[in-house]
Amino acid sequence: MTAAKKVQIATVAPKVHVSLGAVDKEFAQPGRPGEIVHALGPVDLDLRQGEFFAVVGPSGCGKSTLLELVAGLSTATRGEVAFEGRPIHGRIPDGIGVVFQEDASFPWLSVHDNIAFGLRRMKIDRAERERRIGVALDMMGLSAFARSFPAQLSGGMRQRVCIARTLVTEPRLILLDEPFGALDQQTRLLMGDEVLNLWRKTGATVLLITHSLDEAALLADRIGVMSARPGRLIDIVETGWPRDRDSRIAQEEAFGAITARLWRLLRGESLKAMGKVGGET
Amino acid sequence: MSVPMKDGSIKRRPLKRGWTDTLLLVVLLLAVWQGLAWVIGAAELPSPFTTIAFTGRLLTSPSFWPHLLETAKAFGVALLLSVVIGLATGFLLGMNRFAGDLLEPVLVAVYSVPKITLYPILLLLFGLGIAAKVAFGTIHGVIPIALFTLAAVRNTRPVLLKTGRVMGLSTREMISGILLPAAMPEIFTGLRLGFSLTLIGTLLGEMFASQRGLGFMLMNAIGLHNVDVIMALTFLLVLFAGCASGFLLYLNRRFYQHV
Ligand SMILES: Nc1ncnc2c1ncn2[C@@H]1O[C@H](COP(=O)(O)OP(=O)(O)OP(=O)(O)O)[C@@H](O)[C@H]1O
Ligand SMILES: [Mg+2]
Repeated sequence: MTAAKKVQIATVAPKVHVSLGAVDKEFAQPGRPGEIVHALGPVDLDLRQGEFFAVVGPSGCGKSTLLELVAGLSTATRGEVAFEGRPIHGRIPDGIGVVFQEDASFPWLSVHDNIAFGLRRMKIDRAERERRIGVALDMMGLSAFARSFPAQLSGGMRQRVCIARTLVTEPRLILLDEPFGALDQQTRLLMGDEVLNLWRKTGATVLLITHSLDEAALLADRIGVMSARPGRLIDIVETGWPRDRDSRIAQEEAFGAITARLWRLLRGESLKAMGKVGGET
Repeated sequence: MSVPMKDGSIKRRPLKRGWTDTLLLVVLLLAVWQGLAWVIGAAELPSPFTTIAFTGRLLTSPSFWPHLLETAKAFGVALLLSVVIGLATGFLLGMNRFAGDLLEPVLVAVYSVPKITLYPILLLLFGLGIAAKVAFGTIHGVIPIALFTLAAVRNTRPVLLKTGRVMGLSTREMISGILLPAAMPEIFTGLRLGFSLTLIGTLLGEMFASQRGLGFMLMNAIGLHNVDVIMALTFLLVLFAGCASGFLLYLNRRFYQHV
Protein backbone atom coordinates (compact mmCIF):
# COMPACT_ATOMS: atom_id res chain seq x y z
CA MET A 1 0.00 0.00 0.00
CA THR A 2 1.44 3.38 -0.92
CA ALA A 3 1.71 6.23 1.53
CA ALA A 4 -0.71 8.34 -0.47
CA LYS A 5 -3.34 5.65 -0.40
CA LYS A 6 -2.88 5.16 3.33
CA VAL A 7 -3.53 8.83 4.00
CA GLN A 8 -6.55 8.73 1.76
CA ILE A 9 -8.04 5.81 3.68
CA ALA A 10 -7.33 7.49 6.98
CA THR A 11 -9.22 10.59 5.95
CA VAL A 12 -12.07 8.97 4.08
CA ALA A 13 -12.94 6.17 6.50
CA PRO A 14 -11.41 5.11 9.80
CA LYS A 15 -9.00 2.23 9.33
CA VAL A 16 -10.15 -1.16 10.51
CA HIS A 17 -7.77 -2.56 13.12
CA VAL A 18 -9.53 -5.80 14.03
CA SER A 19 -12.24 -7.47 12.06
CA LEU A 20 -14.43 -10.42 12.87
CA GLY A 21 -16.34 -11.94 9.99
CA ALA A 22 -19.21 -14.33 10.80
CA VAL A 23 -17.25 -15.77 13.71
CA ASP A 24 -18.64 -18.72 15.65
CA LYS A 25 -17.09 -20.59 18.53
CA GLU A 26 -18.25 -23.98 19.67
CA PHE A 27 -16.75 -26.05 22.46
CA ALA A 28 -16.68 -29.82 22.54
CA GLN A 29 -17.65 -31.26 25.91
CA PRO A 30 -14.89 -33.47 27.24
CA GLY A 31 -16.28 -36.89 28.12
CA ARG A 32 -19.48 -36.27 26.20
CA PRO A 33 -18.68 -36.81 22.53
CA GLY A 34 -21.11 -35.30 20.07
CA GLU A 35 -22.35 -32.67 22.50
CA ILE A 36 -21.18 -29.17 21.79
CA VAL A 37 -21.68 -25.84 23.48
CA HIS A 38 -22.30 -23.00 21.08
CA ALA A 39 -20.57 -20.26 23.07
CA LEU A 40 -20.45 -17.40 20.60
CA GLY A 41 -21.69 -16.10 17.32
CA PRO A 42 -22.15 -15.51 14.60
CA VAL A 43 -20.43 -12.19 15.26
CA ASP A 44 -19.56 -9.54 12.69
CA LEU A 45 -17.55 -6.67 14.09
CA ASP A 46 -14.94 -4.17 12.96
CA LEU A 47 -12.85 -2.36 15.53
CA ARG A 48 -11.56 0.92 14.16
CA GLN A 49 -7.96 1.92 14.56
CA GLY A 50 -7.57 3.81 17.83
CA GLU A 51 -11.11 3.48 19.10
CA PHE A 52 -12.22 2.51 22.57
CA PHE A 53 -14.74 -0.29 22.21
CA ALA A 54 -16.58 -1.79 25.15
CA VAL A 55 -18.53 -5.04 25.22
CA VAL A 56 -21.33 -5.66 27.67
CA GLY A 57 -23.48 -8.74 27.95
CA PRO A 58 -24.95 -11.19 30.42
CA SER A 59 -22.69 -13.55 32.31
CA GLY A 60 -21.66 -16.60 30.29
CA CYS A 61 -22.60 -15.07 26.93
CA GLY A 62 -19.16 -15.57 25.43
CA LYS A 63 -17.35 -12.30 26.13
CA SER A 64 -14.14 -13.93 27.32
CA THR A 65 -14.42 -16.36 24.41
CA LEU A 66 -14.57 -13.40 22.03
CA LEU A 67 -11.49 -11.86 23.63
CA GLU A 68 -9.48 -15.07 23.35
CA LEU A 69 -10.36 -15.31 19.66
CA VAL A 70 -9.09 -11.80 19.03
CA ALA A 71 -5.93 -12.50 21.07
CA GLY A 72 -5.23 -15.58 18.96
CA LEU A 73 -5.40 -17.81 22.03
CA SER A 74 -8.14 -19.90 20.46
CA THR A 75 -9.34 -20.51 16.93
CA ALA A 76 -12.82 -19.75 15.60
CA THR A 77 -14.95 -22.75 14.70
CA ARG A 78 -16.29 -20.80 11.72
CA GLY A 79 -15.52 -17.40 10.27
CA GLU A 80 -12.37 -15.34 10.37
CA VAL A 81 -10.64 -12.97 12.75
CA ALA A 82 -8.14 -10.54 11.30
CA PHE A 83 -5.73 -8.17 13.04
CA GLU A 84 -4.10 -5.36 11.06
CA GLY A 85 -5.34 -6.92 7.86
CA ARG A 86 -3.90 -10.35 8.49
CA PRO A 87 -6.01 -13.32 9.57
CA ILE A 88 -5.31 -14.90 12.94
CA HIS A 89 -5.26 -18.66 12.85
CA GLY A 90 -4.38 -19.67 16.37
CA ARG A 91 -1.16 -17.77 15.77
CA ILE A 92 -0.59 -15.03 18.28
CA PRO A 93 0.18 -11.73 16.62
CA ASP A 94 2.66 -9.23 17.94
CA GLY A 95 1.44 -5.96 19.38
CA ILE A 96 -1.47 -7.31 21.40
CA GLY A 97 -1.64 -6.95 25.16
CA VAL A 98 -4.19 -8.81 27.27
CA VAL A 99 -5.41 -8.38 30.83
CA PHE A 100 -7.33 -11.49 31.80
CA GLN A 101 -10.41 -11.78 33.95
CA GLU A 102 -8.56 -13.97 36.46
CA ASP A 103 -5.53 -12.93 38.44
CA ALA A 104 -2.52 -13.66 36.24
CA SER A 105 0.26 -12.15 38.34
CA PHE A 106 3.31 -14.36 38.75
CA PRO A 107 3.49 -15.23 42.46
CA TRP A 108 7.24 -15.90 42.38
CA LEU A 109 8.10 -12.40 41.14
CA SER A 110 7.95 -9.08 42.97
CA VAL A 111 5.56 -6.43 41.69
CA HIS A 112 8.46 -4.70 39.97
CA ASP A 113 9.66 -7.90 38.29
CA ASN A 114 6.13 -8.86 37.29
CA ILE A 115 5.80 -5.59 35.43
CA ALA A 116 9.28 -5.99 33.94
CA PHE A 117 8.53 -9.52 32.68
CA GLY A 118 7.19 -8.59 29.25
CA LEU A 119 9.61 -5.70 28.87
CA ARG A 120 12.72 -7.81 29.39
CA ARG A 121 12.00 -9.59 26.14
CA MET A 122 11.83 -6.38 24.17
CA LYS A 123 14.91 -4.67 22.87
CA ILE A 124 14.85 -1.63 25.09
CA ASP A 125 17.65 -0.50 27.34
CA ARG A 126 17.59 -0.72 31.09
CA ALA A 127 17.07 2.96 31.78
CA GLU A 128 14.04 3.16 29.52
CA ARG A 129 12.68 -0.04 31.02
CA GLU A 130 12.97 1.30 34.56
CA ARG A 131 11.43 4.58 33.50
CA ARG A 132 8.40 2.83 32.04
CA ILE A 133 8.04 0.61 35.10
CA GLY A 134 8.21 3.66 37.34
CA VAL A 135 5.48 5.40 35.35
CA ALA A 136 3.29 2.29 35.40
CA LEU A 137 3.75 1.77 39.15
CA ASP A 138 2.83 5.37 39.75
CA MET A 139 -0.16 5.23 37.45
CA MET A 140 -1.53 2.12 39.13
CA GLY A 141 -0.84 3.43 42.64
CA LEU A 142 1.64 0.66 43.35
CA SER A 143 4.86 2.64 43.86
CA ALA A 144 5.05 1.75 47.56
CA PHE A 145 4.68 -1.93 46.73
CA ALA A 146 7.30 -2.36 44.02
CA ARG A 147 9.24 -4.84 46.16
CA SER A 148 6.21 -6.69 47.51
CA PHE A 149 5.05 -10.03 46.20
CA PRO A 150 1.55 -10.81 44.89
CA ALA A 151 0.72 -12.91 47.96
CA GLN A 152 1.16 -9.76 50.03
CA LEU A 153 -1.33 -7.78 47.94
CA SER A 154 -5.10 -7.60 47.78
CA GLY A 155 -6.96 -9.02 44.79
CA GLY A 156 -7.53 -5.56 43.34
CA MET A 157 -3.87 -4.67 43.70
CA ARG A 158 -2.85 -7.87 41.94
CA GLN A 159 -5.19 -7.01 39.10
CA ARG A 160 -3.53 -3.61 38.86
CA VAL A 161 -0.14 -5.35 38.63
CA CYS A 162 -1.46 -7.28 35.64
CA ILE A 163 -2.79 -4.11 34.02
CA ALA A 164 0.59 -2.42 34.52
CA ARG A 165 2.44 -5.45 33.14
CA THR A 166 0.37 -5.31 29.98
CA LEU A 167 0.43 -1.55 29.49
CA VAL A 168 4.21 -1.08 29.84
CA THR A 169 4.79 -3.06 26.65
CA GLU A 170 2.74 -0.40 24.80
CA PRO A 171 0.62 -2.76 22.72
CA ARG A 172 -1.19 -1.47 19.65
CA LEU A 173 -4.28 -3.40 20.65
CA ILE A 174 -5.22 -3.66 24.32
CA LEU A 175 -7.70 -6.35 25.34
CA LEU A 176 -9.13 -5.92 28.82
CA ASP A 177 -11.36 -8.64 30.29
CA GLU A 178 -13.14 -7.09 33.25
CA PRO A 179 -9.86 -5.63 34.50
CA PHE A 180 -11.53 -3.63 37.26
CA GLY A 181 -13.71 -6.45 38.51
CA ALA A 182 -11.91 -6.69 41.85
CA LEU A 183 -11.88 -2.95 42.49
CA ASP A 184 -14.23 -0.71 44.42
CA GLN A 185 -16.34 1.83 42.56
CA GLN A 186 -14.10 4.83 43.37
CA THR A 187 -10.89 3.07 42.34
CA ARG A 188 -12.62 1.81 39.20
CA LEU A 189 -13.37 5.38 38.18
CA LEU A 190 -9.78 6.48 38.77
CA MET A 191 -8.33 3.47 36.96
CA GLY A 192 -10.72 4.16 34.10
CA ASP A 193 -9.33 7.67 33.83
CA GLU A 194 -5.79 6.31 33.79
CA VAL A 195 -6.64 3.90 30.99
CA LEU A 196 -8.30 6.73 29.06
CA ASN A 197 -5.16 8.81 29.51
CA LEU A 198 -2.97 6.06 28.23
CA TRP A 199 -5.31 5.34 25.35
CA ARG A 200 -5.13 8.98 24.29
CA LYS A 201 -1.36 9.10 24.62
CA THR A 202 -0.52 5.88 22.78
CA GLY A 203 -3.28 5.86 20.20
CA ALA A 204 -3.88 2.17 20.88
CA THR A 205 -7.13 0.42 20.09
CA VAL A 206 -8.88 -0.79 23.24
CA LEU A 207 -11.37 -3.62 23.58
CA LEU A 208 -12.84 -3.54 27.07
CA ILE A 209 -15.11 -6.25 28.38
CA THR A 210 -17.07 -5.21 31.40
CA HIS A 211 -19.99 -6.12 33.62
CA SER A 212 -20.59 -2.52 34.45
CA LEU A 213 -22.91 -0.58 32.14
CA ASP A 214 -21.70 2.65 33.77
CA GLU A 215 -18.13 1.81 33.01
CA ALA A 216 -18.91 1.04 29.38
CA ALA A 217 -20.91 4.26 29.00
CA LEU A 218 -18.15 6.26 30.64
CA LEU A 219 -15.12 4.96 28.80
CA ALA A 220 -16.06 3.79 25.35
CA ASP A 221 -16.57 5.39 21.95
CA ARG A 222 -18.84 2.52 21.01
CA ILE A 223 -20.47 -0.19 23.08
CA GLY A 224 -21.30 -3.62 21.71
CA VAL A 225 -24.26 -5.19 23.47
CA MET A 226 -24.33 -8.97 23.44
CA SER A 227 -27.21 -11.40 23.68
CA ALA A 228 -27.38 -14.38 26.02
CA ARG A 229 -25.36 -17.42 24.93
CA PRO A 230 -24.61 -18.02 22.10
CA GLY A 231 -23.48 -14.39 22.22
CA ARG A 232 -24.33 -12.24 19.22
CA LEU A 233 -24.14 -8.48 18.93
CA ILE A 234 -27.68 -7.20 19.30
CA ASP A 235 -26.74 -3.56 19.03
CA ILE A 236 -23.84 -1.15 18.94
CA VAL A 237 -24.34 2.06 20.88
CA GLU A 238 -22.31 5.15 19.93
CA THR A 239 -21.56 7.37 22.92
CA GLY A 240 -20.28 10.37 21.01
CA TRP A 241 -17.88 11.46 23.77
CA PRO A 242 -14.95 13.72 22.88
CA ARG A 243 -11.52 12.14 22.91
CA ASP A 244 -10.31 14.12 25.92
CA ARG A 245 -12.98 12.95 28.33
CA ASP A 246 -12.73 11.73 31.89
CA SER A 247 -14.98 10.27 34.56
CA ARG A 248 -16.67 13.64 35.14
CA ILE A 249 -18.87 13.01 32.11
CA ALA A 250 -20.86 10.77 34.47
CA GLN A 251 -22.70 13.94 35.48
CA GLU A 252 -23.87 14.69 31.97
CA GLU A 253 -27.39 14.02 30.85
CA ALA A 254 -26.28 11.96 27.87
CA PHE A 255 -24.55 9.52 30.22
CA GLY A 256 -27.81 8.62 31.92
CA ALA A 257 -29.47 8.19 28.55
CA ILE A 258 -26.76 5.78 27.39
CA THR A 259 -26.89 3.57 30.47
CA ALA A 260 -30.67 3.53 30.30
CA ARG A 261 -30.50 2.41 26.69
CA LEU A 262 -27.95 -0.30 27.53
CA TRP A 263 -30.14 -1.61 30.31
CA ARG A 264 -33.21 -1.65 28.07
CA LEU A 265 -31.26 -3.76 25.58
CA LEU A 266 -29.84 -6.08 28.19
CA ARG A 267 -32.66 -6.71 30.67
CA GLY A 268 -34.35 -9.40 28.63
CA GLU A 269 -31.07 -11.06 27.69
CA SER A 270 -29.90 -11.13 31.28
CA LEU A 271 -33.12 -12.81 32.37
CA LYS A 272 -32.66 -15.35 29.59
CA ALA A 273 -29.08 -15.98 30.68
CA MET A 274 -30.31 -16.69 34.18
CA GLY A 275 -32.63 -19.35 32.78
CA LYS A 276 -35.76 -17.28 33.41
CA VAL A 277 -38.33 -16.57 30.74
CA GLY A 278 -38.65 -12.86 30.35
CA GLY A 279 -37.71 -10.64 27.54
CA GLU A 280 -40.44 -8.07 28.27
CA THR A 281 -38.69 -4.75 28.26
CA MET B 1 14.85 -10.08 53.04
CA SER B 2 11.60 -9.11 54.65
CA VAL B 3 9.57 -6.47 52.99
CA PRO B 4 8.45 -3.63 55.18
CA MET B 5 5.14 -2.60 53.74
CA LYS B 6 3.32 0.67 53.98
CA ASP B 7 0.58 -0.76 56.12
CA GLY B 8 3.19 -2.25 58.42
CA SER B 9 2.43 -5.88 57.74
CA ILE B 10 5.20 -8.33 57.00
CA LYS B 11 4.31 -11.68 55.63
CA ARG B 12 7.04 -14.22 56.15
CA ARG B 13 7.17 -17.82 57.15
CA PRO B 14 8.81 -18.22 60.55
CA LEU B 15 12.17 -19.82 59.71
CA LYS B 16 13.42 -19.34 63.26
CA ARG B 17 10.75 -21.43 64.88
CA GLY B 18 11.49 -24.23 62.41
CA TRP B 19 15.01 -24.42 63.79
CA THR B 20 14.06 -24.70 67.43
CA ASP B 21 11.46 -27.33 66.51
CA THR B 22 14.11 -29.34 64.68
CA LEU B 23 16.48 -29.08 67.62
CA LEU B 24 13.75 -30.27 69.96
CA LEU B 25 13.05 -33.23 67.72
CA VAL B 26 16.73 -34.19 67.60
CA VAL B 27 17.01 -34.01 71.40
CA LEU B 28 13.86 -36.12 71.73
CA LEU B 29 15.20 -38.74 69.32
CA LEU B 30 18.51 -38.92 71.18
CA ALA B 31 16.64 -39.34 74.48
CA VAL B 32 14.53 -42.18 73.09
CA TRP B 33 17.65 -43.79 71.65
CA GLN B 34 19.43 -43.53 75.02
CA GLY B 35 16.38 -44.95 76.79
CA LEU B 36 16.21 -47.90 74.42
CA ALA B 37 19.95 -48.52 74.84
CA TRP B 38 19.43 -48.79 78.60
CA VAL B 39 16.50 -51.17 78.24
CA ILE B 40 17.96 -53.40 75.49
CA GLY B 41 21.57 -53.29 76.66
CA ALA B 42 24.61 -51.68 75.15
CA ALA B 43 25.80 -54.89 73.48
CA GLU B 44 22.76 -54.95 71.18
CA LEU B 45 22.12 -51.21 70.92
CA PRO B 46 25.02 -48.90 71.72
CA SER B 47 24.08 -45.59 73.33
CA PRO B 48 24.22 -42.32 71.36
CA PHE B 49 27.43 -41.37 73.06
CA THR B 50 29.20 -44.66 72.21
CA THR B 51 27.97 -44.45 68.64
CA ILE B 52 29.13 -40.88 68.15
CA ALA B 53 32.51 -41.73 69.65
CA PHE B 54 32.81 -44.75 67.37
CA THR B 55 31.75 -42.70 64.38
CA GLY B 56 34.59 -40.33 65.16
CA ARG B 57 37.05 -43.22 65.17
CA LEU B 58 35.58 -44.60 61.95
CA LEU B 59 35.97 -41.26 60.23
CA THR B 60 39.65 -41.11 61.18
CA SER B 61 40.44 -44.66 60.05
CA PRO B 62 42.02 -44.70 56.56
CA SER B 63 40.16 -47.83 55.42
CA PHE B 64 36.81 -45.98 55.66
CA TRP B 65 37.43 -43.24 53.11
CA PRO B 66 37.71 -45.33 49.92
CA HIS B 67 34.31 -46.83 50.75
CA LEU B 68 32.78 -43.43 51.35
CA LEU B 69 34.27 -42.09 48.16
CA GLU B 70 32.93 -45.03 46.18
CA THR B 71 29.42 -44.48 47.52
CA ALA B 72 29.66 -40.74 47.03
CA LYS B 73 30.63 -41.24 43.40
CA ALA B 74 27.84 -43.72 42.71
CA PHE B 75 25.29 -41.62 44.58
CA GLY B 76 26.38 -38.41 42.86
CA VAL B 77 25.98 -39.89 39.40
CA ALA B 78 22.69 -41.59 40.32
CA LEU B 79 21.31 -38.35 41.75
CA LEU B 80 22.31 -36.38 38.70
CA LEU B 81 20.62 -38.93 36.45
CA SER B 82 17.50 -39.06 38.63
CA VAL B 83 17.13 -35.29 38.61
CA VAL B 84 17.82 -34.76 34.91
CA ILE B 85 15.73 -37.69 33.67
CA GLY B 86 13.02 -37.06 36.25
CA LEU B 87 12.64 -33.37 35.41
CA ALA B 88 12.75 -34.00 31.67
CA THR B 89 10.15 -36.76 31.87
CA GLY B 90 7.97 -34.69 34.18
CA PHE B 91 8.03 -31.66 31.90
CA LEU B 92 7.46 -33.69 28.76
CA LEU B 93 4.49 -35.56 30.17
CA GLY B 94 3.15 -32.54 32.04
CA MET B 95 3.10 -30.42 28.90
CA ASN B 96 1.56 -33.13 26.75
CA ARG B 97 -1.87 -33.97 28.07
CA PHE B 98 -2.30 -37.19 26.11
CA ALA B 99 1.11 -38.69 26.82
CA GLY B 100 0.75 -37.66 30.45
CA ASP B 101 -2.63 -39.33 30.87
CA LEU B 102 -1.27 -42.43 29.17
CA LEU B 103 1.99 -42.81 31.06
CA GLU B 104 1.21 -41.46 34.52
CA PRO B 105 -0.49 -44.70 35.68
CA VAL B 106 2.45 -46.67 34.27
CA LEU B 107 4.88 -44.59 36.32
CA VAL B 108 2.77 -45.01 39.43
CA ALA B 109 2.65 -48.78 38.86
CA VAL B 110 6.41 -49.02 38.39
CA TYR B 111 6.88 -46.83 41.45
CA SER B 112 4.89 -49.22 43.62
CA VAL B 113 6.79 -52.31 42.46
CA PRO B 114 9.46 -53.27 45.02
CA LYS B 115 12.58 -52.28 43.10
CA ILE B 116 14.51 -55.21 44.50
CA THR B 117 12.63 -57.44 42.06
CA LEU B 118 14.25 -55.48 39.24
CA TYR B 119 17.72 -56.01 40.59
CA PRO B 120 18.53 -59.28 38.82
CA ILE B 121 17.63 -57.65 35.51
CA LEU B 122 19.85 -54.67 36.24
CA LEU B 123 22.73 -56.95 37.18
CA LEU B 124 22.35 -58.75 33.89
CA LEU B 125 22.31 -55.46 32.04
CA PHE B 126 25.09 -53.66 33.87
CA GLY B 127 27.13 -56.38 35.56
CA LEU B 128 28.68 -56.04 39.00
CA GLY B 129 30.24 -52.71 39.84
CA ILE B 130 29.42 -49.05 39.80
CA ALA B 131 27.07 -49.05 36.80
CA ALA B 132 24.59 -51.38 38.48
CA LYS B 133 24.67 -49.32 41.67
CA VAL B 134 24.04 -46.12 39.77
CA ALA B 135 21.20 -47.74 37.86
CA PHE B 136 19.65 -49.02 41.05
CA GLY B 137 19.91 -45.65 42.73
CA THR B 138 18.45 -43.93 39.68
CA ILE B 139 15.38 -46.14 39.35
CA HIS B 140 14.55 -45.41 42.96
CA GLY B 141 14.84 -41.66 42.66
CA VAL B 142 13.74 -40.86 39.14
CA ILE B 143 10.07 -41.77 39.38
CA PRO B 144 9.04 -39.60 42.33
CA ILE B 145 10.84 -36.65 40.76
CA ALA B 146 9.07 -37.30 37.45
CA LEU B 147 5.66 -37.73 39.11
CA PHE B 148 5.91 -34.59 41.24
CA THR B 149 7.18 -32.57 38.29
CA LEU B 150 4.41 -33.88 36.06
CA ALA B 151 1.71 -32.95 38.57
CA ALA B 152 3.27 -29.54 39.19
CA VAL B 153 3.56 -28.69 35.51
CA ARG B 154 0.05 -29.90 34.76
CA ASN B 155 -1.40 -27.90 37.65
CA THR B 156 0.14 -24.64 36.48
CA ARG B 157 -2.76 -22.22 36.19
CA PRO B 158 -3.77 -21.89 32.51
CA VAL B 159 -4.02 -18.13 32.74
CA LEU B 160 -0.28 -17.91 33.50
CA LEU B 161 0.46 -19.91 30.36
CA LYS B 162 -1.90 -17.74 28.33
CA THR B 163 -0.04 -14.69 29.61
CA GLY B 164 3.18 -16.21 28.32
CA ARG B 165 1.65 -17.09 24.97
CA VAL B 166 0.31 -13.59 24.44
CA MET B 167 3.78 -12.24 25.16
CA GLY B 168 5.07 -14.48 22.39
CA LEU B 169 7.33 -16.65 24.54
CA SER B 170 9.12 -19.53 22.85
CA THR B 171 8.78 -23.02 24.31
CA ARG B 172 12.15 -22.64 26.00
CA GLU B 173 11.24 -19.28 27.50
CA MET B 174 7.88 -20.68 28.56
CA ILE B 175 9.59 -23.46 30.52
CA SER B 176 12.29 -21.34 32.13
CA GLY B 177 10.16 -18.24 32.63
CA ILE B 178 6.81 -19.65 33.70
CA LEU B 179 6.47 -23.42 34.01
CA LEU B 180 9.61 -24.01 36.05
CA PRO B 181 9.15 -21.22 38.60
CA ALA B 182 5.42 -21.93 38.91
CA ALA B 183 6.10 -25.62 39.51
CA MET B 184 9.19 -25.15 41.67
CA PRO B 185 7.68 -25.53 45.14
CA GLU B 186 6.14 -28.88 44.20
CA ILE B 187 9.24 -29.96 42.29
CA PHE B 188 11.25 -29.33 45.45
CA THR B 189 9.10 -31.84 47.31
CA GLY B 190 9.81 -34.37 44.57
CA LEU B 191 13.52 -33.56 44.73
CA ARG B 192 13.65 -34.12 48.48
CA LEU B 193 11.91 -37.46 48.14
CA GLY B 194 14.01 -38.39 45.11
CA PHE B 195 17.19 -37.49 46.97
CA SER B 196 16.47 -39.86 49.88
CA LEU B 197 15.27 -42.67 47.64
CA THR B 198 18.29 -42.39 45.34
CA LEU B 199 20.53 -42.69 48.40
CA ILE B 200 18.65 -45.74 49.66
CA GLY B 201 18.71 -47.28 46.17
CA THR B 202 22.44 -46.74 45.79
CA LEU B 203 23.13 -48.30 49.19
CA LEU B 204 20.86 -51.26 48.47
CA GLY B 205 22.73 -51.75 45.22
CA GLU B 206 25.99 -51.86 47.15
CA MET B 207 24.62 -54.23 49.75
CA PHE B 208 23.76 -56.97 47.32
CA ALA B 209 26.39 -56.94 44.67
CA SER B 210 29.47 -54.97 45.44
CA GLN B 211 32.80 -55.31 47.15
CA ARG B 212 33.07 -51.61 47.93
CA GLY B 213 31.07 -48.72 49.32
CA LEU B 214 29.15 -47.99 52.49
CA GLY B 215 26.42 -50.46 51.54
CA PHE B 216 28.98 -53.21 51.29
CA MET B 217 30.47 -52.14 54.64
CA LEU B 218 27.05 -52.27 56.18
CA MET B 219 26.29 -55.72 54.76
CA ASN B 220 29.66 -56.92 55.96
CA ALA B 221 29.06 -55.55 59.44
CA ILE B 222 25.65 -57.21 59.56
CA GLY B 223 27.29 -60.53 58.65
CA LEU B 224 29.89 -60.09 61.38
CA HIS B 225 27.32 -58.76 63.81
CA ASN B 226 29.47 -55.68 64.32
CA VAL B 227 26.89 -53.50 66.03
CA ASP B 228 29.20 -50.53 66.44
CA VAL B 229 29.86 -50.26 62.72
CA ILE B 230 26.19 -50.78 61.87
CA MET B 231 25.17 -48.04 64.25
CA ALA B 232 27.90 -45.65 63.16
CA LEU B 233 27.06 -46.06 59.47
CA THR B 234 23.34 -45.74 60.06
CA PHE B 235 23.98 -42.66 62.16
CA LEU B 236 26.11 -41.08 59.43
CA LEU B 237 23.58 -41.82 56.70
CA VAL B 238 20.65 -40.49 58.69
CA LEU B 239 22.64 -37.40 59.56
CA PHE B 240 23.55 -36.85 55.91
CA ALA B 241 20.04 -37.44 54.57
CA GLY B 242 18.54 -35.25 57.29
CA CYS B 243 20.92 -32.37 56.63
CA ALA B 244 20.45 -32.59 52.87
CA SER B 245 16.67 -32.64 53.16
CA GLY B 246 16.79 -29.71 55.55
CA PHE B 247 19.04 -27.81 53.17
CA LEU B 248 16.65 -28.37 50.25
CA LEU B 249 13.77 -27.25 52.41
CA TYR B 250 15.71 -24.16 53.38
CA LEU B 251 16.46 -23.37 49.72
CA ASN B 252 12.81 -23.78 48.84
CA ARG B 253 11.71 -21.42 51.60
CA ARG B 254 14.47 -18.99 50.87
CA PHE B 255 13.60 -18.56 47.21
CA TYR B 256 9.89 -19.22 47.32
CA GLN B 257 8.89 -17.70 50.60
CA HIS B 258 6.31 -15.53 48.90
CA VAL B 259 4.55 -18.18 46.88
N1 LIG C 1 -12.86 -24.16 27.36
C1 LIG C 1 -14.21 -24.28 27.35
N2 LIG C 1 -14.78 -25.50 27.19
C2 LIG C 1 -16.12 -25.61 27.18
N3 LIG C 1 -16.97 -24.60 27.32
C3 LIG C 1 -16.47 -23.37 27.49
C4 LIG C 1 -15.07 -23.14 27.52
N4 LIG C 1 -14.85 -21.83 27.70
C5 LIG C 1 -16.07 -21.26 27.79
N5 LIG C 1 -17.05 -22.18 27.65
C6 LIG C 1 -18.49 -21.91 27.66
O1 LIG C 1 -18.74 -20.84 26.78
C7 LIG C 1 -19.69 -19.96 27.33
C8 LIG C 1 -19.15 -18.55 27.34
O2 LIG C 1 -18.06 -18.46 28.27
P1 LIG C 1 -17.27 -17.10 28.50
O3 LIG C 1 -16.23 -17.38 29.50
O4 LIG C 1 -16.87 -16.55 27.20
O5 LIG C 1 -18.42 -16.18 29.14
P2 LIG C 1 -18.33 -14.67 29.62
O6 LIG C 1 -19.28 -13.90 28.79
O7 LIG C 1 -16.93 -14.22 29.66
O8 LIG C 1 -18.92 -14.78 31.08
P3 LIG C 1 -18.56 -13.90 32.37
O9 LIG C 1 -19.20 -12.57 32.15
O10 LIG C 1 -19.23 -14.63 33.48
O11 LIG C 1 -17.08 -13.86 32.48
C9 LIG C 1 -20.04 -20.48 28.71
O12 LIG C 1 -21.30 -21.09 28.63
C10 LIG C 1 -18.99 -21.49 29.02
O13 LIG C 1 -19.55 -22.58 29.70
MG1 LIG D 1 -15.60 -13.79 31.09
